[in-house]
Amino acid sequence: MSYRPASKIEVLRAEGVWKTYDQQTVTVLNGVDFHAAAGETIALCGPSGCGKSTLLHLLGGLDQPDHGSVFVNGVELPGNGDDLRLLRHEVGFIFQLHHLIPDLSLAENCLIPTVAAGVSRIEARKRLDHLAEKTGLSHRLNHRIQKLSGGERQRTALCRALMNQPRILLADEPTGALDERTRGQVFQLLLDLVATEGVTLVMATHDRALAELCQRTVVMKDGKVYES
Amino acid sequence: MLFLKLILTNLLRHRVRTLIGIAGIAFSVAAMLTVVTILQGAIGMFERILSNDSEFIVFERNVSDLFFSNVPGDAVTQIASWDMVAHARPVLFGIVSSADHPIITCFGVSAADARIHDAVWLAGTRDDFAKNPRGVALGERAAEFLHAKIGSEVPIGREMFPVVGILKTANGFEDGGVFMPLAAAQQFFHKEGVSSVATVKLKNKEDKAAFKHAVEEKYPNLIALENEEFSRSYSQFKILKATAWAVGFCGLILGGLGVANTMIMSVFTRIREIAILRVNGFSGGQIAGIIFGESALVSAAGALAGLLIGSGVIAALQLVPMLHGYIDGHIQPVVVLAVVALAGLTGIAGALYPAIYAIRIRAVEALRFE
Repeated sequence: MSYRPASKIEVLRAEGVWKTYDQQTVTVLNGVDFHAAAGETIALCGPSGCGKSTLLHLLGGLDQPDHGSVFVNGVELPGNGDDLRLLRHEVGFIFQLHHLIPDLSLAENCLIPTVAAGVSRIEARKRLDHLAEKTGLSHRLNHRIQKLSGGERQRTALCRALMNQPRILLADEPTGALDERTRGQVFQLLLDLVATEGVTLVMATHDRALAELCQRTVVMKDGKVYES
Repeated sequence: MLFLKLILTNLLRHRVRTLIGIAGIAFSVAAMLTVVTILQGAIGMFERILSNDSEFIVFERNVSDLFFSNVPGDAVTQIASWDMVAHARPVLFGIVSSADHPIITCFGVSAADARIHDAVWLAGTRDDFAKNPRGVALGERAAEFLHAKIGSEVPIGREMFPVVGILKTANGFEDGGVFMPLAAAQQFFHKEGVSSVATVKLKNKEDKAAFKHAVEEKYPNLIALENEEFSRSYSQFKILKATAWAVGFCGLILGGLGVANTMIMSVFTRIREIAILRVNGFSGGQIAGIIFGESALVSAAGALAGLLIGSGVIAALQLVPMLHGYIDGHIQPVVVLAVVALAGLTGIAGALYPAIYAIRIRAVEALRFE
């Protein structure tokens, strides 16, 4: 585990965050404190059910805590569970499953966030071409998702997450569904892109080897952060 | 462009479901268009019967149907003699029956009546009609189904009447009707000395108010209405119009339920996809826009198809010999607009619940419980 802050500017903070499900019978997060500086790459590690995904959802404004606060770029999230302004401009998400729309082409899938954010078509296309080149997908832009391999699909999801130039990328086991060889390639690409784009990466993973490639590792257990 | 593709993609993904939604709206629109057009056409024909070369209809006050109205003959004679009146003509309406044809409209009219005067006489002449006190003139279609020709006798009710003329009119009711001399009709219907209405033409249109006032003052049991005024106020027309719109509206509600079902299924079968859009920043309004967009396309396609089907049905009905002259195939633009607007509203209403449901989908839950 290493802690080597890339910047002192804090972009993410969670303070005393609690989260329960099933009418408060299942406690998933148990007073979690978390912070991330701009440009940092952080691995969230821990066994299944320890609350990694839930913490990512709260940090990205997809869900709201029962107690506690989440700050993005110093601004507390209103806590309505779907902070879309945040999702459009500040945060990008990647999931274990690529969550692409199969009837659309690779390019169209990537352009979805730009439509949501009202980015002009020309600007969006430039950004897409840039990211497609970085991820080696330029020749596949017009292909349907069904025609893509698992690695290509996850690279597409990565492109999509970065389309609106978010400052924070939240990744929930982004390589969990890939074979070992592809996993390494995609993860290296993720790290490269994060570095060149200056994005803060918070990634939930079971893979210790991948976690060690991040600047910092946060270990979670039973809804608490034990190591940071 | 991508937004439009997101709308189209789902419609094309489930083509059969989409077609069912379109068909629901299409048949509803077609039913509404056909029923309203045919009934409005029928009302229009009836209005033209009354307004033939006249501006006013005088009839008995507070009757539910013109068939029950009794206007005394001397009142018609008096009204005709007023300085402001160009002419006043009595018309007696009745329903008669003949073998195989239980309902035939009968017009008891004088030889001076405009419909006798203006009709195209296929056989016989207006003078023949004036000379023979029991001679009837038949509309072209009535002559066909009664198998009548000049000189033959036709059974009407329990009596036989000689045919003195066959005339052609553009009006289905008249074309399928029997024209009887007024006196013969009065005797036949046991309405001696009265008519159903008097159709009145004024010398000067500025005298309309004075004429209405004069009728009201001298004949308290009668009422004089301008033709348009009569059309608006006559309860039978109102009932027919209301029935037509009600039947059509019920059809559209059924179509709307079809759209609602299509859209509900559309949302329920792609909760994950909606969650993906939410995670990628789509607002509730944008998600609702996709749902309403789909519904609008289904409704628009259904309305277009419905207009084509309805027009086709009306055109086909006009070709049926039995209905010749009864179907006015002129589709009024206002009816088209109303039907399309109702189809649009139905589409919006049908998409309302699915859109609300889609907006309320919690992305994180939808993705977690995939």
